[in-house]
Amino acid sequence: MHSKDFLLTLYRTMFLIRTCEESFVPGIHSGEIRCPVHLSSGQEAIAAGVCAALEKNDMIFGTHRSHGHYLAKGGDLNALVAEIYGKEKGCSRGRGGSMHVLITDKGYLASVPIVAGTISLAVGAALAAKIRKDKTIAVSFFGDGAAGEGVLYEAMNFASLKKLPILFVCENNYYSTHMPIRECRPDDTVHTISTPFGIPSFSIDGNDVVGVYETAKNLSETIRNGGCPAFLECRTYRFRGHVGPDDNIQGSHQDIRPQEEIDEWKTRDPIPRLAEYLKETFSINEGEFAQIHSAIENQVTQAHQFAKASPYPDPLELTRYVFRK
Amino acid sequence: MSLENRPLTYSLAINEALKQMMEKDPSVILIGQGVKSPWYVGNTCKDLIETFGQDRVIDTPVSENGITGVAVGAAVVGMKTIVVHPRVDFMMYAMDPIINEAANWHYMFGGKSSVPVVFWGIINRHGEQAAQHSQALQALFAHIPGLKVVMPATPYDAKGLMIAAIEDPNPVVFIDDRDLYGMEDHVPQEYYSIPIGKGEIRKQGIDITVVAISAMGPLALEAGQTLEKEGISCEVIDPRTLKPLDEDLIFSSVKKTGRLAVIESAWKTGGVAGEIVARVAEECFSFLKAPIQRITLPDTPAPMSRTLEDAYYLKLKDIIEKIRSLTKG
Repeated sequence: MHSKDFLLTLYRTMFLIRTCEESFVPGIHSGEIRCPVHLSSGQEAIAAGVCAALEKNDMIFGTHRSHGHYLAKGGDLNALVAEIYGKEKGCSRGRGGSMHVLITDKGYLASVPIVAGTISLAVGAALAAKIRKDKTIAVSFFGDGAAGEGVLYEAMNFASLKKLPILFVCENNYYSTHMPIRECRPDDTVHTISTPFGIPSFSIDGNDVVGVYETAKNLSETIRNGGCPAFLECRTYRFRGHVGPDDNIQGSHQDIRPQEEIDEWKTRDPIPRLAEYLKETFSINEGEFAQIHSAIENQVTQAHQFAKASPYPDPLELTRYVFRK
Repeated sequence: MSLENRPLTYSLAINEALKQMMEKDPSVILIGQGVKSPWYVGNTCKDLIETFGQDRVIDTPVSENGITGVAVGAAVVGMKTIVVHPRVDFMMYAMDPIINEAANWHYMFGGKSSVPVVFWGIINRHGEQAAQHSQALQALFAHIPGLKVVMPATPYDAKGLMIAAIEDPNPVVFIDDRDLYGMEDHVPQEYYSIPIGKGEIRKQGIDITVVAISAMGPLALEAGQTLEKEGISCEVIDPRTLKPLDEDLIFSSVKKTGRLAVIESAWKTGGVAGEIVARVAEECFSFLKAPIQRITLPDTPAPMSRTLEDAYYLKLKDIIEKIRSLTKG
């Protein structure tokens, strides 16, 4: 049984991610936000649940769809929003945009949009942790699409061979860009791929934040103490298109997925689901939720104001940062 | 002979650099295919596992992409990583972590994260090894912003540049040539490094500048000595670093000699030799007394059979002839 405060923390994290993600939609439509933005609305429980199970110095690596991981690991909201506007005060000084975010002092090493691009890097971070014996663990977030990349299998083999402290987290949202998983794989699950490497594998409901937290907590402690990898598949669904608010194919602004499928998954939205539980278990009333919501909405509005007021990078600095001095 | 400055082979000079850096800095690790096998890496990794243990000297399965990514990830979190590819050809599997990740990293994160990694690739020319065991692909890496590329041509430079590459906070591609491994020269025993981006004049001359990359250095020197007897004075330059290129050294030499030949044992099209030539054409055009010449391999995969291989690689007499033809008139 978790405390009300803890569950409200998970709730706030998920609501912050959702509010932040949705706040980009008008700016994308107006053209004020131009970089590719991959929204994670619908998948918040995984970021919130896994990151709540980690220690501050645990090292996570993300993907193109990683605003949620960034916020759940404690990243500064203003710096995230400013980055997406391409501003100098962004977390990557406007050089990376939505797909290249990091938190330098909280173990959020990087997110990049090359599918499976950070999996081996996360294994490298786990190798460093093992050499240093510092009791941190690495977490690699990736999507079901990454299961098509050979480097995932190389990385799992090496992590298992060297007994490295890493949690592989596969967010299976059943689509690899436009491709339904059944057109990519013979099966619609991913977790079994770790079994041949001797890596214990789990597949859970990725829209149940408490379940995600509990599983991630158990696994992270086992990994931390035993120094062996684990594989966690979280089944989920994204409410938005692959990139941007919808699957904007030549101006159609339609989702390429069946409407019934989208509607069905919306009934499993992780945020109202936790809200219901909180209401039933702790008798939290609508007024309390309204307060939480408006505080977070204000934060997000202020982050946009901060981002808009921030300067763009100076064109004279075009070639700065190619090399570290 | 003093112990401080004794003859050492090129491969053992690399070995000494690795040893000294691993002793000096516990965050230095070496990872890659064949680090415990002389079959792969000659004696460059001699005694390293015994001295520093299997935690820091890691022989790996054949997974170039994954292992190079591991090296990059360890570097991102503060290790100084050297990842070895016993043939440059095998590095092609690792282009994603090298180019997409490491090279772009510092820039795309606004200077807030960096990758102190050495991508060490070994060229294996000759020996009828054919197309996939012999390639010299430095131009691919030199093309990429965010990567530094060094190619030492002497034992002294091999040690000094390996140390510099490990100490550099950026990704450095260190490419050596197996043909040089037996070359012996005086190498100081103490720690030293050679600045990345600085070339060296190997022989002074006044008639023609000859820029020779990596293993072409010794050939160029030999050619220069032969031509000296004919009254042709070559200035032989070893750039040592291909990126960033010590262009000032080359420019000032060409401004003096008015002639340039660049020797690279790699393909002509899009090669580093072409890049050097282009820069000289941009900066020194009015000083030139003769057309510039690239002396390179033909745009052909490395062949196997000895007759073809003999025709493929650059030979001293061809180099001498080409330099001689540039200095006529």
